[in-house]
Amino acid sequence: MKRSKRFEVLAARPVNQDGFVKEWPEVGLIAMGSPNDPVPSIKIENGKIVEMDGVTRSNFDFIEQFIADYAIDVKIAEKAMAMEASQIAKMLVDVNVSRKEVVDIVRGLTAAKLVAVFNTMNVVEMMMALQKMRARKTPSNQCHITNVNDNPVLIAADGAEAALRGFDEMETTVAVVRYAPFNALALLIGSQAGRGGTLIQCALEEATELELGMRGITAYAETISVYGTENVFVDGDDTPWSKAFLASAYASRGLKMRFTSGTGSEVQMGYAEGKSMLYLEIRCIMLTRGAGVQGLQNGSVSCIGVPAAVPSGIRAVLAENLCAAMLDMEVASSNDQTFTHSDIRKTARTLMQFLPGTDFICSGYSGTPNYDNMFAGSNWDVDDYDDWNIIQRDLKVDGGLRPALEEEVIAVRNKAAKGLQAVFKELGFPAITDEEVEAATYAHGSKDVPARNVVEDLKAAQELMSRGITGIDIVKALAKTGFTDLAEHILNILKQRISGDYLHTSAILDKNFNVISAVNSRNDYQGPGTGYQMSDERWNEIKNISQAINPSDYDA
Amino acid sequence: MQINEQVIREIILQVLQGMEQPKPTTNTATAAATGRPMTLVEKGEARPGTRADEVVIALAPAFGKYQNKTIVNIPHSDVLREMIAGIEEEGLTARVIRVLRTSDVAFDAHDGTKLSGSGIAIGIQSRGTTVIHQKDLPPLSNLELFSQSPLLDLQAYRAIGRNAAKYAKGESPVPVPTKNDQMARPKFQAKAAVLHIKETEHVIQGAKPVEIEVKFN
Repeated sequence: MKRSKRFEVLAARPVNQDGFVKEWPEVGLIAMGSPNDPVPSIKIENGKIVEMDGVTRSNFDFIEQFIADYAIDVKIAEKAMAMEASQIAKMLVDVNVSRKEVVDIVRGLTAAKLVAVFNTMNVVEMMMALQKMRARKTPSNQCHITNVNDNPVLIAADGAEAALRGFDEMETTVAVVRYAPFNALALLIGSQAGRGGTLIQCALEEATELELGMRGITAYAETISVYGTENVFVDGDDTPWSKAFLASAYASRGLKMRFTSGTGSEVQMGYAEGKSMLYLEIRCIMLTRGAGVQGLQNGSVSCIGVPAAVPSGIRAVLAENLCAAMLDMEVASSNDQTFTHSDIRKTARTLMQFLPGTDFICSGYSGTPNYDNMFAGSNWDVDDYDDWNIIQRDLKVDGGLRPALEEEVIAVRNKAAKGLQAVFKELGFPAITDEEVEAATYAHGSKDVPARNVVEDLKAAQELMSRGITGIDIVKALAKTGFTDLAEHILNILKQRISGDYLHTSAILDKNFNVISAVNSRNDYQGPGTGYQMSDERWNEIKNISQAINPSDYDA
Repeated sequence: MQINEQVIREIILQVLQGMEQPKPTTNTATAAATGRPMTLVEKGEARPGTRADEVVIALAPAFGKYQNKTIVNIPHSDVLREMIAGIEEEGLTARVIRVLRTSDVAFDAHDGTKLSGSGIAIGIQSRGTTVIHQKDLPPLSNLELFSQSPLLDLQAYRAIGRNAAKYAKGESPVPVPTKNDQMARPKFQAKAAVLHIKETEHVIQGAKPVEIEVKFN
């Protein structure tokens, strides 16, 4: 066939580099409304659920048993389940119905009923509902700080810049797993150089992640994954009870944590039982609720390429964020991992959470260039900082970031790199040279910093663990080398372990280390003029971009 | 140094590689080889090895049997040949097994480590995802993980074999440089899901791993 020039141009467009597939409901390659999704039902006898969504208790799999026993409030379940799905959907968008009224009803719903509610809603309605149902009044944002070489000096500098730019939480992970202690240490110091009170985590295999938290090198955890089918759980040697046990291990040490789940993970792992991605994800959300965990990172997360490849997939992703908020939990709403080559498509996907606001709109936004993002790339990266800031300014929406001046960015990057240099020296780790500090201060990414001796670093990183080094040792090293403010910041974060205030739902710390959570900053949105209102101070910060010309600078 | 056909072939290959003009780089790996056929002969249940100089390569259920190329169309026979060559280059022996009870690459490799005389194993899925694992590490930890299968080329597979052998010798090699392409997910994740579903269809719950004899024809 002779090719149309117009079609040739279209074929070369970024969106056509993306992967798309047709629905395949038999294996669960369908975002919403699989013909195999169960019909909602509930039967309660003697205060116990004996049938749920068409399955009798004797036939429950372990996820259903966990949900029936711990996630559904039997006192209101019969009344809630008797309501029409469309009636519940209308309550969600009705500004005259309070958040609390909705939360109370939702506690009595089964997974299939929640799916039925979302099946009646379009994305604008879901956004309206999310604006009301988000737990914390003030929206916020989380970033990723990694690099392809696990260069600790660069991690510290990038962490500092990201904290200065407004991220309240930041997450690192590794290219090589044995580097983990250094990545965590570098981010801890970097984050506090940018803005005291920023919380950091290191995504790893669960035992190591917990240990770094217990040592006080990290301040919270998120990579505790749950799944919507029994087989995927079993493949990871886990059950809902083992995950709940892990959650309690964090709580017992006064460490903030949330679970992670997302549409597409079950089909990605080959065990979706023909159910829709959204139905399986709602089981994960309910399981998280049942485990007593304060929050959830969801929104497909690392599996985003799967729902994004099928029809209505991005709508399903919004529905899962909304569902977690309706179950009264903190939502870190993904908008992290890349799913498209198209800037248009990536923006459309993000507006679903950016406009209504979530507890963490991105989880996370890449605080490095994407080539250094070891979560295999994020939907947003450092090169998009000005786009993000200007979209906030265009729409008067608080997306959690703020414009930053070049000189202040350079200053905090330098301070972070120097702080890490001092701590490495103090603890006897492989030296960080002045040349490395300089390079990290001005770098765009890892291509701009000198290589380190990886084998030596890996040995020393293992030593950090074997010597039993904790957050207190880091505080001491910083104090001894003259970085008193950084030492105080880290000590203040460690103090949270004792008070436990930041274990409340959706907790973040402000620059004075005060907890802001769904308890003392509860979302009370009920229509125009209510809920989160941007302060004049915050609006001035967003408005004040250096790119804007000042009319008074010109001649009359 | 023992001179045999293998060594000579490798030297020739290295010389040829040295002569090659630099090719334009692409984001994803490309199949450079022809995929000479191989035969995988199943020899019954795989037993724990006793030789400290062996590295186990643990194939996922469909590798080289129901599926024959990676997500970027590199023939499985070439992939396996390069990993074995990488191990032998370090003077060690490769032993190939197939894990049937799981298609999860971490558990696949971890099962391999328990059978490996050195305690080191490489796990590989049909789509190409690979991990170097060590006995006594938690299953979801690893020595080196290569999670972005579209970026793995034959050179990488050889380097993975080489590094696995070095770990088996008790050395601390420089990890194989990690590749990262933020557009691998948008392009390949749905395909990766389809390939993994098809791999998982060949999982046999509770089945023991199988010893494999590899014949390159």
